[in-house]
Amino acid sequence: MLSVTGVSKLFPGVKALSGVDFTARAGEVHALVGENGAGKSTLIKVLTGVYQPDAGEIVHDGTPVRFTTPLQAQQAGISTIYQEVNLVPLMSVARNLLLGREPRNRLGLIDFRRMNRQAQEALHGLGIRVDVSRPLRELGVGAQQMVALARAVAIDARVVIMDEPTSSLEPREVRTLFDVIGMLRERGIAVVYVSHRMDELYEICDAVTVLRDGRVVHTGRLADLERLRLVSLMLGREIGEVRSEGLTKFSGSHRAAAEPVLQAEGLTIRHQLRDVSLTIRPGEVVGLGGLLGSGRSETAKAIAGALPTDAGRVSVGGVPVRAGSTPAAIRAGISLLPEDRKAEGISPGLSVRENIALAALPRLSRFGLVDNARVDRIVDTFVKRLRIKSAGPHQKVGELSGGNQQKVLLARWLALHPKVLLLDEPTRGIDVGAKAEVQALIDELADDGLAVLLISSDTEELIEGSDRIVVLKDGAVVDELTGDAVTEDALMRAIATEPSTSSTSSTSSTPSASPQSAESVGSTHD
Amino acid sequence: MTSLTLTRGQVDRERLLRLLQEYGVYAGVVVLLVFNFVFTSNFVSTENFRTQAVQVAPVLVVALGMALAIGTEGVDLAVGSVMALSTSLLSLYLGYGPWTATLMAVAGGIAVGLANGSLIAFLGVQPIVATLALMVAARGLALVLLPQLEDVRDPGMASLGSGDVLGVPYLVLIAAALALLVAFVVRRTTFGRQLLAIGDSRPAARLAGLPVRRVLVVVYACSGALAAIAGVLATARLTASDPTSLGTLMELSAITAVVVGGTPLSGGRIRIGGTVAGAVLIQLLTTTLIKHDLPPSWTQMAQAVVIVAAVYAARERGKR
Amino acid sequence: MTTGTKEAGTEPAVVPEDVEQDGGPGRGERFSALAQQHGALVTLVVAMVAASLSFDTFLTGDNLENMALSSAFLAVVALGMTFVIVTGGIDLSVGSLFALGGVLAAWGSQYGTVVALLLPLAVCGLIGVVNGLLIARSGLAPFIVTLAAMLGARGILLAVTDEGSRTYLVDKDSFFATLGQGSLLGIGVPIWITVVLFVLGAVVLRRTRFGQYVYAVGGNEDAAALMGAPVARTKIAVYALSGLCAGLAGALNAAWLVSGVTILGTGMELEAISAVVIGGTLLSGGFGFVSGALVGVLLLKVIQNVINQIGSLDSAYQQVVSGAFLAVVVVAQTWLGRRRRVL
Repeated sequence: MLSVTGVSKLFPGVKALSGVDFTARAGEVHALVGENGAGKSTLIKVLTGVYQPDAGEIVHDGTPVRFTTPLQAQQAGISTIYQEVNLVPLMSVARNLLLGREPRNRLGLIDFRRMNRQAQEALHGLGIRVDVSRPLRELGVGAQQMVALARAVAIDARVVIMDEPTSSLEPREVRTLFDVIGMLRERGIAVVYVSHRMDELYEICDAVTVLRDGRVVHTGRLADLERLRLVSLMLGREIGEVRSEGLTKFSGSHRAAAEPVLQAEGLTIRHQLRDVSLTIRPGEVVGLGGLLGSGRSETAKAIAGALPTDAGRVSVGGVPVRAGSTPAAIRAGISLLPEDRKAEGISPGLSVRENIALAALPRLSRFGLVDNARVDRIVDTFVKRLRIKSAGPHQKVGELSGGNQQKVLLARWLALHPKVLLLDEPTRGIDVGAKAEVQALIDELADDGLAVLLISSDTEELIEGSDRIVVLKDGAVVDELTGDAVTEDALMRAIATEPSTSSTSSTSSTPSASPQSAESVGSTHD
Repeated sequence: MTSLTLTRGQVDRERLLRLLQEYGVYAGVVVLLVFNFVFTSNFVSTENFRTQAVQVAPVLVVALGMALAIGTEGVDLAVGSVMALSTSLLSLYLGYGPWTATLMAVAGGIAVGLANGSLIAFLGVQPIVATLALMVAARGLALVLLPQLEDVRDPGMASLGSGDVLGVPYLVLIAAALALLVAFVVRRTTFGRQLLAIGDSRPAARLAGLPVRRVLVVVYACSGALAAIAGVLATARLTASDPTSLGTLMELSAITAVVVGGTPLSGGRIRIGGTVAGAVLIQLLTTTLIKHDLPPSWTQMAQAVVIVAAVYAARERGKR
Repeated sequence: MTTGTKEAGTEPAVVPEDVEQDGGPGRGERFSALAQQHGALVTLVVAMVAASLSFDTFLTGDNLENMALSSAFLAVVALGMTFVIVTGGIDLSVGSLFALGGVLAAWGSQYGTVVALLLPLAVCGLIGVVNGLLIARSGLAPFIVTLAAMLGARGILLAVTDEGSRTYLVDKDSFFATLGQGSLLGIGVPIWITVVLFVLGAVVLRRTRFGQYVYAVGGNEDAAALMGAPVARTKIAVYALSGLCAGLAGALNAAWLVSGVTILGTGMELEAISAVVIGGTLLSGGFGFVSGALVGVLLLKVIQNVINQIGSLDSAYQQVVSGAFLAVVVVAQTWLGRRRRVL
């Protein structure tokens, strides 16, 4: 139905896709999996006309095509259901469903009765019953996604691409979605399904393609692929592979104190985290393991007060920290290096100097006046210690390389002398040399008695850097690896575990909780 | 991101636009000055310079507050109405002496600013919308307090309006002092640095634990206070309180001065020197056109073109 | 004039089965939606009842006719503004365009009614198109573009009137003058024209594909683009429409006054925005209706009338009231919007 051959896509400095072959067949649900940066989203964007490939060709329905806009791809019958629903929330369900194709009467005016009937029928066809004259936003996220799906089907989509459709759905909504996907399959529509939830993949997908570092590492029938094998393909590590020491700059274990400095208990955020607890002792590096979307970043953000929690407590040195407040967490000594460095970390338009001093400003000031001498001293210290390379302290941080940006951020937090440092993907997207330096620094900081939480998609980094690994899956702690058990095999096994009898659906049914909590979650996304 | 694929011509154009945005305003001032020295009769006189400077003073003071708001990626449309409110309050309380009256006027400005800031920081109303509402309300309040033009006969106010030190009018001195003060606040205080960080990247500022809401409220309060001071200065110069017309279109002049001066509407950067030059540029442009017998209609159209051009230039740079 | 709200909620709601999880809208939600849509209308009725009980002079034919006439011109401006605001934009140039339209119409009336109408429409429409192009194609902020246009249009107005010193008069016996001064079935022609325009506007916004695009662009611009809506063209069209409405209102006003008064229209953009927002249209875009603008205008004019009737109060209270009203409505909208936001 839709296939690409030898597709490559270059970005400045990065080869996002190289020689990728991929085929979506009619009546087949094809899983597309891979860790962060594997090239999944780039491939989807190539398929839907957002990006043009630098090499290779796209064949749709037997003819080579070239989409220059998403609209062209859509008109050719390729529809995408995004993670966040891409519809107009204030318009009614029917108007969303039929925008641009409204039935009109002889005067050229829209015939609402026919429109509502058509919309009703289209949704019934998928087994969904909603009042189509109600505004879309009054529906649950799941129902909204169904409307997006119905719209895709209604415009004669031959290929439907779903990008993590279940990430914010209730278990019951997931069931409906799966029914609809089954229906699409029967109608001979090709479905491309992107998800990190192992259980879901095995439930509804027929075929699988695994991407890693912009290349296809495996493609074939999903049923023929063991779970453990799939995980190892995604992470790029072989089971039982002899670990070569010294690839990373980590020295090994640290001497940790006995009493934990950070205690997080029962952190819960609707749809995202369920009862996550962890402790970190001074001088200890605790890794957070798990696949993308398992709740690692959310855990870090919840601890740092950057995400409001529905339940749970965080305390530092036995003193409780007010939840949902970044300033309170920072005062308590918790610092977070966020995952999205460009959007949430650096202030790109400000200088290196100002970025480093930003969080510590109140401490570097007297009577509201910034003490420039002290700022200079601190900046100087950290630029030297972290070997930040820039044209000078007055260069804009946005102009620095990724590695140096990350060091600037680290300096910003270290200037506060934190007790707990939460590092979310500290070495992603930075070059090899800087990566080694950052890794060495993490070691050094732990030796200095800092409590470190390390999140990394780089399994090697996680295993070698951490003294202990807490494994998350679907927003809950599923395992904890300590001592000699901190190995890649154990990590992969923990991630790939089949759901026990009390599966995801039953545990996650706790949040039939108050609707307020859903809204508070919703608002943080803006 | 696409910087690697830019052609040489694009890079040159980019650099040119950037230079234009950074220093265009100073060049503009110089060009207009030279032009007037050569072609305008009666331009080079103490009297003329004095008039020009006195006229530009209130605009500049308003523009300083506007620069703070724009630095946080906001805008304050209520400044013109705050000037009107300030002149009404001034007139009303002049019986208690000029100092008390000024104090009341500034307090009124701060109150409007606090209302703006609270709407924006705590309720999440867009700055344009919030300040628009206060713009309507403040003008109305000004007219309620003082329904029509009233002469100001206070000797203190009169000397403020026309007095000078060593030939430099008080008004100019005050505006200059305020410009220095605001520049100092922006560059040297915690508040100023935090303000810019919030304008540059709000998510980053929030994650860095900055008191985002408090800073925003203070910014709009400052803008209100400065607009109120401008109202007092303008009243002193005109020796009359006219809440109907004082400050109309002032928001536009102030935004123009700030934007032409190289402060981007996208926040994160404030150029006080540029703002001063921007205010002077507009004043010079008006004078030049008037002195060459071109009608006021030309001035307005020219200002419209200048502001669109300035925003357009800033856009090109912002898109990199 | 309730065209706007008919579609929602008239059909019996199908009981949501399957995928309904969040429980749908609660009673509070329904109430807030109702408050948003009909709050202004209820307030208007209450204000009118109160006014007619308090003042004998309120509910007289003359007074009502006067209010309706003075509402008509603002209402036409607010009609165009509604389209702009529903796309999430704002048009601050309408006051200047209103004045410019009046002057151009008065000048053009010496060459006949056709010129008197077409000239202001052409010029104001063109300025609207320029606004739209700068906003949609160059991505400049609507408020700054239209603020500049406000200044530019004022400049053009001064240029064509010898710096505001000339006032063009309309021949009292011309057909053009009857557009402003005449009456049909005892009701002034401008009122008829306004009513017709509002019916047309309501049909265009609710019942045409263009109207759907206007809502979609304001509701979620990215999604609208992905769904194939012509985003840039829609934006250009609404600013052009706003310019046309302002120009036409100015022309009608000139016909009514039988002269092109140059000093009109200052602050009119605020009145129009206030009316639209008070009528229930969301300033953030994506939601609104034409009838609300009419109700908003009437409400503002009734308040003004009452303040005039009281006599002892200055007309400036009008501005305080509408400013406070605007602030309250905006706060309520933001608050309701935040409560209702479901991701």
